[in-house]
Amino acid sequence: MSEAVIARPVRVPSRGFGRRLRDWIANPWGRPRFLVLITWVYVISSLAPVVIAIQFSFNDGRSLTAWQGWGGARWYWEDPVNSVWHDPALQHALIQSLKLAGLDMLIATPLGVMLAIGLARWRGRAASASNFLMLFPLVTPEIVMGVSLSLAFLNVFTFIEPSTTAQMLGHVTFSLSYVVVIVRGRLFSIGRQYEEAAADLGATPWETLRLVLLPLLMPAVFSSLMIVFAISIDDFVISQWLSCGADCDTIPIRIYSATRAAPLPSINALASIMVYFTLAAVGISYLVFRFMTRGERPKGGEAGRGMVSQMGAFDV
Amino acid sequence: MSEKSGIYPRWLWQAFALPGVVWLILLFLVPFYAVIGVAFGGVDPIFLIPVPAWNPLDWSAEAVIQTLSGFLPGGDYWAVFWRTTLYVAVALALCLLVGYPVAYYISRHARRTKSILLALLVLPFWVSYLMRMLAWVNLFAPSGYVNDFLAWSHILPDPPDWLNGNPVSVVLALVYGYIPYLILPLLAALDRIDKSLLEAARDLGASPARAFLHVTLPLSMTGVLGASVIIALPMFGDYYTPNIISGSPTTSMLGNQIDLFFHGGPQPQIGASLTLVLSLFLAVLMTYYMYSVARSTREVRDE
Repeated sequence: MSEAVIARPVRVPSRGFGRRLRDWIANPWGRPRFLVLITWVYVISSLAPVVIAIQFSFNDGRSLTAWQGWGGARWYWEDPVNSVWHDPALQHALIQSLKLAGLDMLIATPLGVMLAIGLARWRGRAASASNFLMLFPLVTPEIVMGVSLSLAFLNVFTFIEPSTTAQMLGHVTFSLSYVVVIVRGRLFSIGRQYEEAAADLGATPWETLRLVLLPLLMPAVFSSLMIVFAISIDDFVISQWLSCGADCDTIPIRIYSATRAAPLPSINALASIMVYFTLAAVGISYLVFRFMTRGERPKGGEAGRGMVSQMGAFDV
Repeated sequence: MSEKSGIYPRWLWQAFALPGVVWLILLFLVPFYAVIGVAFGGVDPIFLIPVPAWNPLDWSAEAVIQTLSGFLPGGDYWAVFWRTTLYVAVALALCLLVGYPVAYYISRHARRTKSILLALLVLPFWVSYLMRMLAWVNLFAPSGYVNDFLAWSHILPDPPDWLNGNPVSVVLALVYGYIPYLILPLLAALDRIDKSLLEAARDLGASPARAFLHVTLPLSMTGVLGASVIIALPMFGDYYTPNIISGSPTTSMLGNQIDLFFHGGPQPQIGASLTLVLSLFLAVLMTYYMYSVARSTREVRDE
C-alpha cells in the first residue's frame, strides 16, 4: 500500500481520458492506481449482483440463473398466475411491507424527534441514563431484540399476539434510536442562538419551538422519515420473529422462504419493485434535502455529503 | 454554556423525552427482562412450556449453567461457537482489507468522482439485505453466472457447490452483506481527520508512507474500531445469511442455534438462555461502542 499513499492534497488540472491512460501505462505507480482499482472493483461488485437480479426479473423463462430473453413485464403483472400483481401471496407481502414501513414512519419519527430534543437538553442523572438506554437498540443484534420482543408478547404483554400490531411495535422500537441520532446531530449543529434571539425578540416558548426550532429541524425530520422507511422495509428479523404466519409475511420474509424453495422470477420482480420504491424515495429525499438546506452548503461540490453523513447514522 | 438561559420552562424537555423513554422501557427493557425471566425460569411439567420466573429470588440457574457449560470444549455449543467466531473474524478482516482502502481513496484522492462514488457507496443501503442475498444465491447457483464463468475461463474446471455447506461462500456472503455498513462510518472517520496535521507531517519531511503510518492510521484507529464493532455485532447474531447461502448444519452459526430452539424445537427456555449468553458475550463490544459514542457526543455538546 505504501506506493499508493501520496497524500499531498494538491489540485491537479484535470486531464483527458486518453492522456490519463497513457500516463498510467508509462508509470503505473505514479498515482494511487491501486486505490482507484480496488475502489471501482468494490463499487461494481457490490452493485452488479443487484443489477443482474433486476435483469432476471425481466426474464422470459422461469429460470433465475439462465437468461432466456426479454420477457417484459411478465413477472410484474402480465403473467395471469405467477406475476406479483396476480399472485395473492406476493401482492399481500408488498402491501404488508408498505403498511409496516408507513406506520413505522408516522409513529417513530415524531416520537424520536421529541425524544432527541428532550434528551439533548434535559440534564441530570435520569437524562444520562435515558441517553444510554436510547443507544442500546442500535447495538443490540437483531436476533436478541427479536427473541426478547417475542418472549415479552408471549409472557408479559399477553394481550398483544403475534400480529401486524406486534410487528409494528417492534419496528418502531428499533427505528426510534436512528431518528434520535439523526435529529440530535442536527440539533447540535444549529446550536441555540436562533432560539435565544427569538426569545429576546419577544417570542413565547411555544412560538420559539414552532416557528424557529421546528423549521430548522425539518431537514433532519425529513431524513428520519426516509431512513425509517428504508430500514423498516429492509427489516427481516423483527418481522419474522413477531410474524403471525402467512398473513404477516413481508417482502424480505417472502424472499427468505423463496431462496430455499424453487423461486420464480416473480420473486425478483417483487424485490426489484422494492428497489424502485426506495430509489424513488432516495431521489425525492435528495432533492428535498438539497432544497431544505440550500444556502447552508459552502459550495456545489459538496452535494451529497450531507446525505451521506445522514446515512452513516451509526456514526454520531 | 448557556444552559440556564430560561427560554423554556424547566419541565419541558423531560415532557418531550417522556413518551420515547417510556416506549423504550416498555418495549426494550421489559422484553429483555423477559428473556432473563424465561432463561432463569422453570418448565411446566405437564405442558412443557417455559414458566418465566419474574422474581430474582425464584431464579433457578439450571438452564443457564447448562447452556454455559455447553460452551466449554466438548460441549454442545463449543463447535458452533468457534465456527461463529472464526467466520466473524475472517469476514471482519476481509471487510477491513477492502473497506479501508476504499474509504481512504474516497476521502483523500477522489476529486471529481467523489460525489458519484459516494452515491454508489450509499446505494446498497437502499437495496434490501435479503434482495442482495437473493441476487448472490442466483449468481452462485450451480447453473449460475459464477460457475459458468469459472468453467468457461478454466480457473476451476469443476466448480464447487457453493450453496450447500460451503464455509467460503458463507464468509464471502457475510462480507458482501455487511461491508457497506463498515465503509461509511470509516469514511466519516477519515474525513474528520484534520488535513493540516498531514501537511505538517509532510512539511517536516515525512515521506507519504510515514505520514500515513504515523498520522492517518493512528488517527483513524477509533473509526476502525467503531466501524468493526458496528458490523461485528449483527454478524454474531446473524442466522439468515448462513441459512440462505448454505442451510447446512456444518456452517450454522450461534444465531442459527437460537433460531432452531425457538422455531424448530419446543425449547424456548434453552433458546432464551442461549440468547442471554450471546448478549453477555457481546456486552463487551457493545459497552466499548456505547462508551465511545457517549464520549464523542459529550465532546460535541460541550464545544
